Amino acid sequence: MNAGIAQLQMQFRDYTISLYQQGFLDDQFTELKKLQDDGSPDFVAEVLLLFFEDCVKLIGNMARALDKSTGTVDFSQVGASVHQLKGSSSSVGAKRVKGLCVTFKEYCEAQNYEGCVRCLQQVDIEYKTLKTKLQDMFNLEKQIVQAGGVVPQVDID
Amino acid sequence: MAEKLPKLAKANLTALVVDDNSVNQSIHHKLLDRLGIQNDIVCNGKEAVDAHSSGRNYDLILMDMDMPIMNGIQATKRLREMGISCKIAGVTTRADEEEKKEFMDAGLNDFQEKPLTISKLISILQNLELYIVKT
Repeated sequence: MNAGIAQLQMQFRDYTISLYQQGFLDDQFTELKKLQDDGSPDFVAEVLLLFFEDCVKLIGNMARALDKSTGTVDFSQVGASVHQLKGSSSSVGAKRVKGLCVTFKEYCEAQNYEGCVRCLQQVDIEYKTLKTKLQDMFNLEKQIVQAGGVVPQVDID
Repeated sequence: MAEKLPKLAKANLTALVVDDNSVNQSIHHKLLDRLGIQNDIVCNGKEAVDAHSSGRNYDLILMDMDMPIMNGIQATKRLREMGISCKIAGVTTRADEEEKKEFMDAGLNDFQEKPLTISKLISILQNLELYIVKT
């Protein structure tokens, strides 16, 4: 049993580190984890749920604003949603999503339609990828706890 | 593990989080909570003004800049016109010097760039003399 827990803990540690190394997460995610305590053991999951709901809403707004069939594209409206998504992705440490939003914002300001459409597609893929990765991380945590172990603190250098 | 926290200058400090984004609302609420600061949340500048008009008062307001209906600059100006003298700290992702100056000139006491962290919030509290001793 102990060997099993140790293996799960090592898997969790390695997986978490890989998310930082591959640029999915940054220091702000670490800051978020610091706020989780016994009084709010699901704080990180709750905030991430809000973030992913935000992604769905804002990406929907961007898609509608970029829909040429409804008339002229309103780049300022697209930019407003991108700004919002940049803000919330920054707040949760979603590094790749935030980075895409920076590029996306530049295309909005340049009123570059093709660039905006590309960014929209990329940001949609990126948040969904992050969601899957984090779900895998939370599943590992759950497995550790169910096996009677403690989720290790992971130091990111 | 929670960081060591500074002693607050006054027990039962209260704060108002003014932000239209649910992610930021949640994080700012938790940050303040962690420092033992009771706090309310509103979604835009107008709600912040209305809260004060209805007689609510706070020791600290964390004011976002970009919000619908009434933004942070407008809300800060309005609150100061109403005679609200509490500490207002602007928190925004906008780092442009001109925009920052405009926000400060509206009546802020301090400014921090988002995303907020425990250490940035502590810095706000230190700058605004809302703490006694740094532990």
